[in-house]
Amino acid sequence: MNTPLRRVALAVIGMIVLLLANATYIQVVSAEDYRSDPRNRRVLLDEYSRQRGQIIAGGLPVANSVETGGQLRFLRTYLNGPLYAPVTGYYSLRYGSGGVENAMDTVLNGSDGRLFVRRISDLITGREPNGGNVELTINPAIQKAAYEGLMRKGYTGAVVAIRPSTGEILAMVSTPSYDPNRLSSHDGAVQEAAWNEDTAPKRHSPLTNRAIAATYPPGSTFKLVVTAAALESGRATPDTPLTAAPALQLQGTTTLLHNFADQSCGGGATATLTQALVRSCNTAFAQLATVVGENQLRKQAQALGVGQQGLTIPIPVAPSTVGAIPDVASLEQSGIGQRDVALTPLQNAMIAATIANGGVRMKPQLVRNLLAPDLSVLESFAPEQAGTAMSRFTASQIKDMMVAAENSYRNDGKINGVTIAAKTGTAEHGADPKNTPPHGWYVAFAPADNPKVAIAVVVEDGGDRNLEATGGSLAAPIGRAVIGAALQGGR
Amino acid sequence: MVSSVSTQDATAQPGALPPTKRGLELVMLAFAAIVVTTALVLVELNQPQGLTRSVLYDGAAYLALFSAAHMAVRWLAPYADPLILPCVALLNGLGLVVIHRLDLADETTAASVGNPVPVGNLPHQIAWTALGLGLFVAVLAVVPDHRQLARYGYTCGLVGLGALALPGLLPAALSEVNGAKIWLRFGAFTIQPGEFAKILIMIFVAAFLVTKRDLFTTAGRSMLGMELPRARDLAPLLVAWGLSLAVLVLEKDLGTSLLFFGVVLVLIYVATERASWLVIGLIFFLGGAVVSDLLFRHVQRRVTAWINPFSDYDGAGYQMAQSLFGLGTGGVFGTGLGAGRPDLVPEAHTDFITAAIGEELGFVGLAAVLFTYLLVVMRGMRAGLTVRDTFGKLLAAGLSFAIGLEVFIVVGGVTKLIPLTGLTAPFLAYGGSSLLANYILVALLLRISHAARAPATPSGPRKPVAPLAEARTEMVQRP
Repeated sequence: MNTPLRRVALAVIGMIVLLLANATYIQVVSAEDYRSDPRNRRVLLDEYSRQRGQIIAGGLPVANSVETGGQLRFLRTYLNGPLYAPVTGYYSLRYGSGGVENAMDTVLNGSDGRLFVRRISDLITGREPNGGNVELTINPAIQKAAYEGLMRKGYTGAVVAIRPSTGEILAMVSTPSYDPNRLSSHDGAVQEAAWNEDTAPKRHSPLTNRAIAATYPPGSTFKLVVTAAALESGRATPDTPLTAAPALQLQGTTTLLHNFADQSCGGGATATLTQALVRSCNTAFAQLATVVGENQLRKQAQALGVGQQGLTIPIPVAPSTVGAIPDVASLEQSGIGQRDVALTPLQNAMIAATIANGGVRMKPQLVRNLLAPDLSVLESFAPEQAGTAMSRFTASQIKDMMVAAENSYRNDGKINGVTIAAKTGTAEHGADPKNTPPHGWYVAFAPADNPKVAIAVVVEDGGDRNLEATGGSLAAPIGRAVIGAALQGGR
Repeated sequence: MVSSVSTQDATAQPGALPPTKRGLELVMLAFAAIVVTTALVLVELNQPQGLTRSVLYDGAAYLALFSAAHMAVRWLAPYADPLILPCVALLNGLGLVVIHRLDLADETTAASVGNPVPVGNLPHQIAWTALGLGLFVAVLAVVPDHRQLARYGYTCGLVGLGALALPGLLPAALSEVNGAKIWLRFGAFTIQPGEFAKILIMIFVAAFLVTKRDLFTTAGRSMLGMELPRARDLAPLLVAWGLSLAVLVLEKDLGTSLLFFGVVLVLIYVATERASWLVIGLIFFLGGAVVSDLLFRHVQRRVTAWINPFSDYDGAGYQMAQSLFGLGTGGVFGTGLGAGRPDLVPEAHTDFITAAIGEELGFVGLAAVLFTYLLVVMRGMRAGLTVRDTFGKLLAAGLSFAIGLEVFIVVGGVTKLIPLTGLTAPFLAYGGSSLLANYILVALLLRISHAARAPATPSGPRKPVAPLAEARTEMVQRP
């Protein structure tokens, strides 16, 4: 009887070995899969049990984590949620995260390598581990002016303001906006209701950050790029005569390209490049585009950042594009910023900023400093050159033209004693462009001789003026208000 | 450990009494108390309110309780195995700590939602532990010689069967909890008679096999190199198989069914020394498994949730998936006691307590628990090898194997090695019936191990052996 008993004992050892082998498989071999499974709430609860870092703008904590005493220990709250939402993004238990919350997640949740030493000392001292803080380049006063400018009349659109010399983004606004506080609520029903509202088709997708994630036909603002290409390539000077005809037949087609309101470009048969830019004559620029040629135009656009893939500020930016130019007719249309040309408002602001900065393009940045939980600086972002897009001389010539252009515009909201260099745009779009309210643009920088701020404003679909809308009537007043705020309050 | 048997007999020489090794038991109990108290301290340290002095009192109370059991062993079974009780104490203590830890998690959760603080499971489990140890002492006192039990074989069998069958026959209102009809309700108080039936039936089967074992070993013919038993000798196995299936169908209790069949099969194998019984039993088992998977929805659900718990994540697979997440998050060294989220696994304090241990103490902690169980089983088996009487050998084998198989079924289920069946980890998991029954089981094991190591003393009268010997002569007279 002892022999089978021994065998049974061996069998039990075998069973325990089997259990251990299986436990090894689960807890060692495939442990990481289980640990990182999105349905494993432990990871999330762990993340919510640490204090996530702040997002700071102008000394204000615009995103902050406060202790709740609940199962999820910390609640993410946003100061002035809709105002900063395009920058901060959201941080939702159910819907993930967006904006800086997403782009700087490892710093905010404390897992970033730059916080490594800090984590070790937390472990030793038993100090509660916190996330690092992110200090933005955003200036609250400018951000507010931009947001209020768009919201006053309920416009759908975006504003970007950049400091030309450094590439710091001083304001980034997109409307309609949303309240990230509701998405970060610990109440699942509140989250869900907010998400459904924010993604409803009729609400113009507030979660889309139009400043960097949407591209628009730039219309006449693109004439700056064509002008730069012409001057840089030496194929034109500010005084080069161009056609002043009110309309022009696109090459190889029967389609007519008209000037605004079908006016001729000044009194004579020709107008200089400066006059054409000031009056924003389409026929002249269609002609200039053919003079410059596709290659030069593309080269210039690329030097200004158009077409750059994978740009992050650190939020990913949608690439802008000149689009396909299969024939001369397309080149003529692209020369006035129509056809397949599509820019983000950030890209357009970058063009203005580059001209303002004497032709040197600075990499746009949204983060000024990474701060440790005790607010000591972990890492500072230095201004970064992204290349020279044009000579200082060309930039200066374009600036003069833009000053002249601004002076020719209606007097809406002009600031005494400040010389602004600007260009408006009224971009047609849609399947039936003549009967679709156009997008209004305004790109500018000021003061013209010593630029402190460069901006781009876009107002979608004619704002409140329907088909009558122009960039000058819709976007320019907002732009000037933003410049005003930047020159007063902004450093 | 299994092979070092003969030395024990050598030491049992007349005149020189062999060492009782009770001192070793006390030292090991103290060690278990230190481990358990440390575990409790870790749990408290990982809570927001921090450490309180009550931890010390808890540890002292634990040590006092098991010291009392130790004194009873000294008095009632001085030659009993010195490692079984400390192992059991360690498992029981760790179970109490984890249950306390889960209570704390429930309190935190309730507080965060604004619900009233729930009454924890710990006070009950402590009461059950005390009661279990009382029963442990009582069994040692009432059963001075395990051979006496053989006399009551048929009584035990009858009562055991009745206890096993009762919940299945009673209306669901009196016996069903969470889908399994294995309970008896007395108001707020419930017991699982199956846990006790397990032991009674083992006594019966062991006694029955002792009287009839020659029958199983002599008759039969050879086939494929194995001695096959005669068809009519299969009857006891068939009865066991039928009963297991009845438990499965009427009480929807997969685990008990499996445990019961496995233990009976092993007892027959040990008694007959014939592997053919195992093969036949395995065929029966596979047949039963396939048929029940085809016929019964509660079995199908378990199998589906086993094969891919994530296919029905929000339904049948949820508990399994949570267990796997917990085990995976724990990894090799665990999150630390009190620092994980084992409360996310439903039923963490009962069926899934080993998942909680795997999460917070990691693979290392789970392995330590498994080795502790293995030690208990091996010491029990060793008592079976050493004890002189056949009944004692069979009973020791059955009792130890029952613990081993139950651990395999529970931990295998929780770690997705086999389908989940709904047994509880002996001594660790919350549950009064299981704890009481397992303390009776351990008392019997200690009693047998005492008989195995004790020198021939007047305390164990020879008388009970006589009926067994007579039974043998009876069989020889058969044609």
